[in-house]
Amino acid sequence: MTKQHANWSPYDNNGGTCVAIAGSDYCVIAADTRMSTGYSILSRDYSKIHKLADRAVLSSSGFQADVKALQKVLKSRHLIYQHQHNKQMSWLDEEGKGCVFTYDAVGSYERVGYGAQGSGSTLIMPFLDNQLKSPSPLLLPKQDSNTPLSEAEAVDLVKTVFASATERDIYTGDKLEIMILKADGIKTELMDLRKD
Amino acid sequence: MTMELWLEQEEADRETFEMTFMIPIENGNGVKNAEADSQRTLYPYVTGTSVVAIKYKDGILMASDMGGSYGSTLRYKNIERMKAIGKHSLLGASGEISDFQEILRYLDELMLNDNMWDDGNSLGPKEVHNYLTRVMYNRRNKFNPLWNTLVLGGVKNGEKYLGMVSMIGVSFEDNHVATGFGNHLARPILRDEWREDLSFEEGVKLLEKCMRVLLYRDRSAINKLQIAKMTEEGVTVSEPYSLKTFWDFKAFTNPTVGAEGSW
Repeated sequence: MTKQHANWSPYDNNGGTCVAIAGSDYCVIAADTRMSTGYSILSRDYSKIHKLADRAVLSSSGFQADVKALQKVLKSRHLIYQHQHNKQMSWLDEEGKGCVFTYDAVGSYERVGYGAQGSGSTLIMPFLDNQLKSPSPLLLPKQDSNTPLSEAEAVDLVKTVFASATERDIYTGDKLEIMILKADGIKTELMDLRKD
Repeated sequence: MTMELWLEQEEADRETFEMTFMIPIENGNGVKNAEADSQRTLYPYVTGTSVVAIKYKDGILMASDMGGSYGSTLRYKNIERMKAIGKHSLLGASGEISDFQEILRYLDELMLNDNMWDDGNSLGPKEVHNYLTRVMYNRRNKFNPLWNTLVLGGVKNGEKYLGMVSMIGVSFEDNHVATGFGNHLARPILRDEWREDLSFEEGVKLLEKCMRVLLYRDRSAINKLQIAKMTEEGVTVSEPYSLKTFWDFKAFTNPTVGAEGSW
């Protein structure tokens, strides 16, 4: 008897985009609030940003069941490890300088000055490259990858890129949740995006 | 794709293992390694169709029909797909009915242990939803999913809660949820017409509108539904009743009029 193969996939892409930018004394992390499956929208108000610790915030796009599981484990252990099918970013380090790390689904990671992950990342990343021009991490002496932009400018940039990504990416939209991390605390802002 | 390749590799490994180490057991249980595989869920057999639920002024309203389909046969017409869980929650399920009954057994045990603490506190809908999400996710991790999409609603201490979990563990909460076909047909209606402070009558009318559309368009839906109400006072599941339908639209009675050459 031939073995019948599974006709269900243990994975699903719930869509969405996240962006993070590291500044001299702040960090901005933003994600849209749309959760989809296939061509349907499951929720227009789903937060993809999770607080792991006082100064550590994780934002993920992709398969949300794995993200939730990851977030629970990380929250309880404050550790970083590899996990399938999600991508994450953003941190504030001890020096008080903003720092952003990006991770991919199989665990390669890098500290960067800014990053975008998710379904809209291909639309957003080139624009961030153009505007923020982070130096290569391979350069010696090591150059500061944080952007000289002010906090207000960075937030404005984030809002602009999301508005643009929403136009062309069907999985991005509904609302934008922006978290601004500074030494004295975390501030959250919500902005409307196109719902189509 | 990597998932298929992995499964094929697993099959090949298993066959090699079997050929080398076939050890029949004397007590008649058959070959030892006649697969934990055959125990895995591959397809659903008896399934329930959509469940639709909304938050309203006093709590949660949930609607589902009473059909259990065996493939394309409508085998069972008296299945209650919504059950009260403890004092504060209401669970509705679509998908494999036997898995739903298994989930009810899990929840029974959960609520029993909760009651045995006898500390005056009882599990609320948020906790039950979280528990169900973990259960569904872990079963999916073992490649033996419970083939259900669950809707969990409840009220505790005045706070209304409504969430959904899928068979692979994806969960979320919202003001209105629907499973299966309901996601495609009912959700748009709800997005348009749901309001924060619906009265009970308005809520029922809205749900009936959704269920009627599903009845017309979902082939596994039957015209025998129940509506469940969950408020701070408790859960009430209505008696089964049917919706009024109209099939005399000209386009239905004479569908090919005007189409040249049709019969």
